[in-house]
Amino acid sequence: MDFTVAYNAAHEALPYMLGGVVWTVGLIVGAMLLGLLLGVPLAVLHVYGPWPVRRAVSVYVWLFRGIPILVQMYIFYFGLLSWLSGMPLFSGLGLDSPFVAAVLVLGLTSSAYQSQIFRGAIQSLPAGQLKAARALGMTDPQAIRAVILPQALRLAIPAWSNEYSILLKDSALAFTIGVVEIMARMRAIASTTHEPVSMTFLAGIIFFALTWVGVKALSLLENRVRIAGYTRQGAA
Amino acid sequence: MSAESLIPPVLEARTLGKTLGGNRVLDAVSLALPKGCVKVLIGPSGAGKSTLLQCLNFLIPPDSGTILLEGREVNGKSRRELCALRQQVGMIFQDFNLFDHLSALENVRVALMKVKGMSKLDAGELALAELARVGLADKAALYPANLSGGQKQRVAIARALAMDPKVMLLDEPTSALDPELIGEVLAVIRDLAQNGMTMIVATHQISFSASLADEFLFMEKGRVIESGSPTELLRRDSGSRTLAFCAKISELSGEADEMGAESLI
Repeated sequence: MDFTVAYNAAHEALPYMLGGVVWTVGLIVGAMLLGLLLGVPLAVLHVYGPWPVRRAVSVYVWLFRGIPILVQMYIFYFGLLSWLSGMPLFSGLGLDSPFVAAVLVLGLTSSAYQSQIFRGAIQSLPAGQLKAARALGMTDPQAIRAVILPQALRLAIPAWSNEYSILLKDSALAFTIGVVEIMARMRAIASTTHEPVSMTFLAGIIFFALTWVGVKALSLLENRVRIAGYTRQGAA
Repeated sequence: MSAESLIPPVLEARTLGKTLGGNRVLDAVSLALPKGCVKVLIGPSGAGKSTLLQCLNFLIPPDSGTILLEGREVNGKSRRELCALRQQVGMIFQDFNLFDHLSALENVRVALMKVKGMSKLDAGELALAELARVGLADKAALYPANLSGGQKQRVAIARALAMDPKVMLLDEPTSALDPELIGEVLAVIRDLAQNGMTMIVATHQISFSASLADEFLFMEKGRVIESGSPTELLRRDSGSRTLAFCAKISELSGEADEMGAESLI
């Protein structure tokens, strides 16, 4: 293998590949936010809800954790969303776009995983926190918002950053339904340049860089919202 | 028992019962806290003192019996009534339960804003005044992790007092403290009592509570088995269970050695 040829091919392909970064970032930001928006209430319901609600959350989590993302992408893109966008009520909303399907699948799946991250964080707080809030006359929703979540979300950042790095790589599956993200571009350009190895390397490097940036940013956030003098067990 | 007065007790419990895990933790316990009185719960661990206190504000819902706030029965099923009750009943926990993510000031302020709907400015002013009252105005900006145990408990007391409660429930307020820090918390509690706060305190600080209490309630196995004034129960020839228990724990803690046996009273 001629490294100069490989390097030059990768160098030439870089702008095209970086165009895929926009889509990948769109997928991961959309999916993580959707996962957060759903994951936090799901976690709260899973911990504090009455039993039928807890059971329902459980079923939701089992479903999205149990079905492969690839299978879900097919179900959503070729099935559910194309059927929905055929209905007059939902037509013209762009529900039949592969990007929307991918964000939904990644976001819903992530919400199942994120709900368990937040549930663990909530349950790791001492029971006295909720007791003290109730003793002051707070309702449970007030206590959850003012006392439980601010602490639980801080504790959840390391696991959340892990979820980010996993979901980022899962987002590559979106190429199967036609989102022109990094993976899709890698395959396209590999077949036209006949340089599959160097293109694969390039894609790997780009994914690695995106992982590094996101995890680093979350670690900065973790430090920024750290409570003075408050360290988790095991921390120095 | 004191004569019934026309003014109903601030807080009253009638025949409270609670079973936890097959154990009868509370067995038909009744008690009344008239305005300004200080009652002290003593008894071995597992007697039900903590459960009793937490049943009084429904942190643990009792299985049977009734709670009356100023003569009116509280409906434990109504969330609104529960929140209203808890606003008027301050509670102090053994392990403080300060909100770890909030500074001392924010700890005191948060319920004023959320529950009483005060503005941030007004709540902050009141919070600072309450912290000053427990001698911690200069620690307002510190987080719980940077406060000593005694300071944490004083912040917890300020937090409860800021809600302007009619009665305070103190659940072993000094049991989690290092010995040298107990004094500062007891001083705050004494101050409260002398200012007429109605209180019920579960504690093992016998000589301190004897000097403060209007009545001792001795609990064992979920029941109040003896009650009376400390002088009465702790008289050397009283032969009471209370005296036997207090003598034992005072001996263990060295309290009797330091001050002489008479100081039990």
